[in-house]
Amino acid sequence: MPMRYFISFIIFFLLWVIWSGQFDFFHLSLGVISCVLVISISHDLLFQRKNFQKKDITETARFIKYIPWLLYQIVLANIHVAKLALHPRMNDLIDPHIIRFKTKLRKDMSLVTFANSITLTPGTITILIRDGYYFVHAIDMKVAEDLPGEMEERVCHVFMEDSDG
Amino acid sequence: MSILTVVLNIVVIVLISFGVFFFATGTVGFLRFPDFYSRMQATGKCDTLGVVLSCTGVALYALHDGLSLGNILVSLKIMFIAVFWFLGGPTATHALLNSAFKSGILPWTKDGKAIIEWPPK
Repeated sequence: MPMRYFISFIIFFLLWVIWSGQFDFFHLSLGVISCVLVISISHDLLFQRKNFQKKDITETARFIKYIPWLLYQIVLANIHVAKLALHPRMNDLIDPHIIRFKTKLRKDMSLVTFANSITLTPGTITILIRDGYYFVHAIDMKVAEDLPGEMEERVCHVFMEDSDG
Repeated sequence: MSILTVVLNIVVIVLISFGVFFFATGTVGFLRFPDFYSRMQATGKCDTLGVVLSCTGVALYALHDGLSLGNILVSLKIMFIAVFWFLGGPTATHALLNSAFKSGILPWTKDGKAIIEWPPK
């Protein structure tokens, strides 16, 4: 049995236990049945590669390291937007635009992570990804200056774009 | 009331107050910003931090009767609300703006250029 089935099963079952909170035989066996059912349908979503590799662990570890940095950026940018929203001269300060920039990311997973990270940090929303171009709505030039910049580098690093294309 | 409960209550009050502040800011921004796109910025975004702060506060408050298994499960579930908000919130905001863009709504700008290349040459 491939390793990735086993690991997905453990993750799913852990979530089941957290949500059900019942530890008798009946509820746990229901959990086992539904986890097996879900994995048999959608086992290829969690781990994209055919075989479970060491890369998956590195990727997960790097992704977990990426989250605190993202949270910090969210707090910084959120305070910036809160300041804009409450500023008396708000109309002079904002300068909204849709900006278009080219990305070097190729994998689906990193494109989605980067797009969601852009949308999570306040002041910027990804509108469209087309042919390697991102269309991003930015509320002012200050938040736009940070794009693509460091965030793209970090997403690139997390999903190891350089090592396997 | 032990000293630990007092400290916990203070932390909870601070977290939830900041959460409410960011929610309120989002609503103020929604009313003040000029067009659809920037309004979605305010509502879709300030909520991110608002949800995380309030959920952390409520999750901590769920623990204030003591660390029993039931309490820990409840606060874990509350933290998962924040996690799913992180996944679902940006996706919903993106879907709304994407369909607005596709149906031809152009953003309000000062210089009249809706789409600009980045980085500027």
